[in-house]
Amino acid sequence: MDTPMIQVRPSRADALGATSTFGVALPFLVLLVVGIAFPLFGGGYWGVIATRACVYWVLVSGLNLVVGFAGQIAIGWVALLTLGAYTTSVLVAGNVTPELSPYLALAIAAVFGAIFGLIVGLPALRLRTFYFAITTLGFATIVTQVALAWQSVTGGGVGVAGPIFPRPFDSQWGFYYFCFGLAAICTWMTANIAASRFGRALTAIRDAEVAAEACGISKPALLGAVFLFSGAVAAVAGGLFASLQSYITPDAFTLDLSVLFFIAILIGGRSSILGPLLGTILLTVLPEFAAPLVAWSTFLYAVLLLVIVLAMPGGIAELLDFKNRRPLESGRAIVPRPELLTRLLAAPAEAGALTLEQVALAFGGVHAIDGLDLEIRSGQIHGLIGPNGSGKTTTLNVISGYYAQQSGTVRLNGTALPVLERHRRAHMRIARTFQTPRIVGSASVLQNVMIGGTIDGQGTFVESLLSLPRHRRDEAMLRDTAMLALAAVGLERLASVRADRLQHSELRFTEIARALMLRPAFLLLDEPAAGLSAEEIGRLGALVVAIARAGTGVLLVEHHADLIFDICHHVTVLNLGKNLAAGTPAEIRSHREVVNAYLGG
Amino acid sequence: MVASIVSTGLAIGCIYALIGITYNVMFSASRVFSFTAGTLGMLGGVLGSLFIARLGMPVAVGFLLALAGGVLLGIVTEIVAVRPVLKSLDQHLYVLSTLALALMVQQFTAIEWGTEARPFPRLFDIARGGFDQQFWLPMLACAGVIVGLELLYRHTLIGRAFLAIAEDTYAARALGLPERSLRMASYALAGAIGALAGFAGGEMLLAFFGNGPMLTFYGFVPVALGGMGNNRGAVVAGLLLGLFQQTANFLVGGIFASVAVFTVFIIVLLARPEGLAGAAVQRRV
Repeated sequence: MDTPMIQVRPSRADALGATSTFGVALPFLVLLVVGIAFPLFGGGYWGVIATRACVYWVLVSGLNLVVGFAGQIAIGWVALLTLGAYTTSVLVAGNVTPELSPYLALAIAAVFGAIFGLIVGLPALRLRTFYFAITTLGFATIVTQVALAWQSVTGGGVGVAGPIFPRPFDSQWGFYYFCFGLAAICTWMTANIAASRFGRALTAIRDAEVAAEACGISKPALLGAVFLFSGAVAAVAGGLFASLQSYITPDAFTLDLSVLFFIAILIGGRSSILGPLLGTILLTVLPEFAAPLVAWSTFLYAVLLLVIVLAMPGGIAELLDFKNRRPLESGRAIVPRPELLTRLLAAPAEAGALTLEQVALAFGGVHAIDGLDLEIRSGQIHGLIGPNGSGKTTTLNVISGYYAQQSGTVRLNGTALPVLERHRRAHMRIARTFQTPRIVGSASVLQNVMIGGTIDGQGTFVESLLSLPRHRRDEAMLRDTAMLALAAVGLERLASVRADRLQHSELRFTEIARALMLRPAFLLLDEPAAGLSAEEIGRLGALVVAIARAGTGVLLVEHHADLIFDICHHVTVLNLGKNLAAGTPAEIRSHREVVNAYLGG
Repeated sequence: MVASIVSTGLAIGCIYALIGITYNVMFSASRVFSFTAGTLGMLGGVLGSLFIARLGMPVAVGFLLALAGGVLLGIVTEIVAVRPVLKSLDQHLYVLSTLALALMVQQFTAIEWGTEARPFPRLFDIARGGFDQQFWLPMLACAGVIVGLELLYRHTLIGRAFLAIAEDTYAARALGLPERSLRMASYALAGAIGALAGFAGGEMLLAFFGNGPMLTFYGFVPVALGGMGNNRGAVVAGLLLGLFQQTANFLVGGIFASVAVFTVFIIVLLARPEGLAGAAVQRRV
């Protein structure tokens, strides 16, 4: 192979506007230094404010993964703060158990918080947005009622004393450093997650859930992990909050606090760590500058929430995102380099076939597909054409598990594919693209492509949280592979650009690159040429041919008859859900019924 | 004892059902659930107490003014929190915009009206009997709203236009129906129903700013269980909810009654996310 070694490390992309690692870390380092040096120039009262900001951030950092990354509108997260505050205080006070050490109590609170975080969060797997929001609101209402009514344990309306941490954390600044340290650790851990395959998978669930499923991302497992983590840190924040308040009553935990946390994230911007961090500091400090307005602070927060939602949904993070405001070069062309595919798809899939046997599916009285037989072989391109409504996309959706066929079987190398269970298709190396590209608009092109390789990571959520070696190896591997895939489809120059700034044709090639990340044995393309120029269609054709030559079986659903006849080995023509004709392109082109019904002429 | 549980349960259930209908009327017109539904109920109680008890107005005048307040909030909700985010419905921004508006109203009430619960005046000067006006007023209001809505939807042109919008917004717009005015009218109507719920239930719930989130939650339970946009389902589920809550209150006490309601709500929703009545499957790919 005489291909020059291409630069797969993203340094070339950096030249085009990506910020370096140091640039990303700089604001955090500044905050770290300011935080450590704070006692030198902050007065006593400001110490309380700074401590409070740290405590809030411990909670918000975890909630940020739920709200900012996964896009789950959890408005009642104050419930977990309440839970953590009472658990810690009650255990330290010894109302139900012997008096425990504050550290042990805090750890137990974290466990409780994790469990309840999971319980409150799980409905998100089945319920729609507003339902989930209401569920968390209901939970918050009930936790406060229980705290008020369960007098023997919580002290009811009278309350309970907060824990005091032993030396050296018993002084004001000692406690400040304790909270600051935890806040710094939370920042580090959530930033690790944000930069990991888990963080990217969360944004995929938020913005392109269907694509996330096709990439094999398991929503229950991922959201479960995030809710456990978020619940644990929220409860820890609760323990610290109780200590800071020195005495807690149910009145301290109103929905206003929840709203504050929520707004901090929204002001900050979604999929950002720095934004919500600045948002938290801002919202904690702001009321101190407007003493006469303290009574109105919640009202003003609500106004702020409305203004953000209506006027700047991107938040601070988008304001600070300078590099994505530079204009992209116009008239840029997508120049795929199919020769790179042999490296990308290095392990040649063993020859096999994806077969459909008498598959049928009706919606109500409409027979979308009606007894369809189809065989897609490794290394071959199988064209599927037919008029609108003839069942092409339905066929693709049955294969990839979005629809359950009512009869018939889909087999992969002889083994029947499980009906539905779409996220398992990726593990079987069946990849697909979509008629309308499903992309995470706020993520970079590179990140979008890396989402395609999510299931090939080896490290666990905890390893990513702590940035252990396996996490770093996964990230390096995914980044290299994704750069290679982008180079293969001809988009590597756009790797660091926000995906929502791309043209339609570029999004189509991005989706193909994402699908290639799976090193697919079979690739299902749903009208990949729609909206492309004639020149781009030609390049797409060459790319698909190269993909097949590397051993992948391709199912090509298309309306562009020229493309189909140029590159396919085998063509099936559908009409009203039935096989109208099947054969080589030459046979189909001269098939009388096909010409009459579809091709015209 | 049983009589007390049943009358309290049914009366509370009627209030929940009315808030549920408030959600539904707004939802039908815009495919949006609004957090202001419970706030409207809270406002009905506070305004009623303000006009009748504090300002000494006649009951009828106070009643109409409280409803007018609800209508106003309904219209403001539509203009401020719903219309601007309708074009990007899939981003669910309405959850946040309506929450923001609900909080603004609640906070304003807390500051101007106070944070303690104040009594709601007795509307009719009759002696307290076993089956008191505080029980039959919400039931009467609920029955009135159901009959009124049926008449409106079945027998008037504007009611049929509401149904057309609810059925298929695009088709209705293509037919030349003034979608925006109808949506605004729906929100005004929902505002009146929500305020009526709080006004009729004022004696039970008192004039208290904190009723908002409580009604927002308990009023949504009938919607979730009865099926979105289904008013009859909301009434049945609301009454069941009220009875269940009062029974649990009596059997296991205040704390665990709310825990029980919440648990049942979650379990039913997890088992039947589409509600106990009806199911809708959406094409996603």
